[in-house]
Amino acid sequence: MEFNNNIPIYLQIIDNIKQDIVVGKLKAGQKMPSVRELAGTLKVNPNTIQRVYQELDREKITFTKRGMGTYVTEEEKTISSLMQEISKKIILDFVEGMNKLGFSNKELINTLKEYL
Amino acid sequence: MEQILKATQLSKYFYQKKALDKVDMNIEKGKIYGILGPNGGGKSTFLKIAAGLLKPSQGEITIDNKKPGVYTKSIVSYLPETNYLYKWMKIKDALNFFKDLYTDFDTERARESLKFMELEEEEKVTSLSKGMMGRLKLTLALSRKSKVYLLDEPLNGIDPISREKIITSILDSYSEKASILICSHLIYYIEKLLDYVFFLSEGRIILSGDVEELRNKRGMSIDKLFQEVF
Repeated sequence: MEFNNNIPIYLQIIDNIKQDIVVGKLKAGQKMPSVRELAGTLKVNPNTIQRVYQELDREKITFTKRGMGTYVTEEEKTISSLMQEISKKIILDFVEGMNKLGFSNKELINTLKEYL
Repeated sequence: MEQILKATQLSKYFYQKKALDKVDMNIEKGKIYGILGPNGGGKSTFLKIAAGLLKPSQGEITIDNKKPGVYTKSIVSYLPETNYLYKWMKIKDALNFFKDLYTDFDTERARESLKFMELEEEEKVTSLSKGMMGRLKLTLALSRKSKVYLLDEPLNGIDPISREKIITSILDSYSEKASILICSHLIYYIEKLLDYVFFLSEGRIILSGDVEELRNKRGMSIDKLFQEVF
């Protein structure tokens, strides 16, 4: 994974994991790699991964069983709302970018239709 | 978190020159610290004092609540920038040398590390390239089971492949019980490893903080922040 050093690394890893969950690369109920393992693969500080799991736990996207590790949530609802969250963000970025280029919302829709 | 190293108003003068000027530092267990700054900023001087090789002119430094001395040397592993291995040595001699010198030296771990670093025990120290030498020195320093690791410019003059290997072994040797201090001006390559940074210039700490918070607050990488500050 390539990081953008301008943005906190734990946020980038969180986004990446969320995406993997939504597209099914990480399945509901699946065990996540240990902190050390993931730190090794991504070549980042283990404390950063600790922070990632804490944050994901807090958002109820993962849950940690004491002494067993971290698992992806089994709640379908959480996963579908995650999907919404991510798609909303992509759309917002797109609309914002197009508006910046001077496209009105109507023009933007037409351009998009042409493209599809 | 538990504190392992503490510097209070630490100063070091070389005649008129102030190498360190009232430096305060708290180092906790289980974290990786970057001491960053331009050449001559005082980074190496700080590490040398912590390693017990230089005496402070003023102020105090304690490691595990003790002033630098025989005890602290037994729990501090120091990677100097210079080549300190004897010319007649083969790599295996260097290993034995460390085993004799330090009771916490883990030969098993060193052998594994040599394999990973692609170094042969029969090789002569003088025949090693700069990158290989860097890999060997790091192997020796990280194969001790220390509480504090002081790494002085581990990436200086190192090729990209050795660099990756060095970064991987630093991460591998991370432990919740130990702290790692890395001095470097090659910030771009190490910033993913760090929890916390100190920017040292002309002997003073001019900026310090948690790296993720700094990125968040300033919206830039530590590397860019460094260029902005200096």
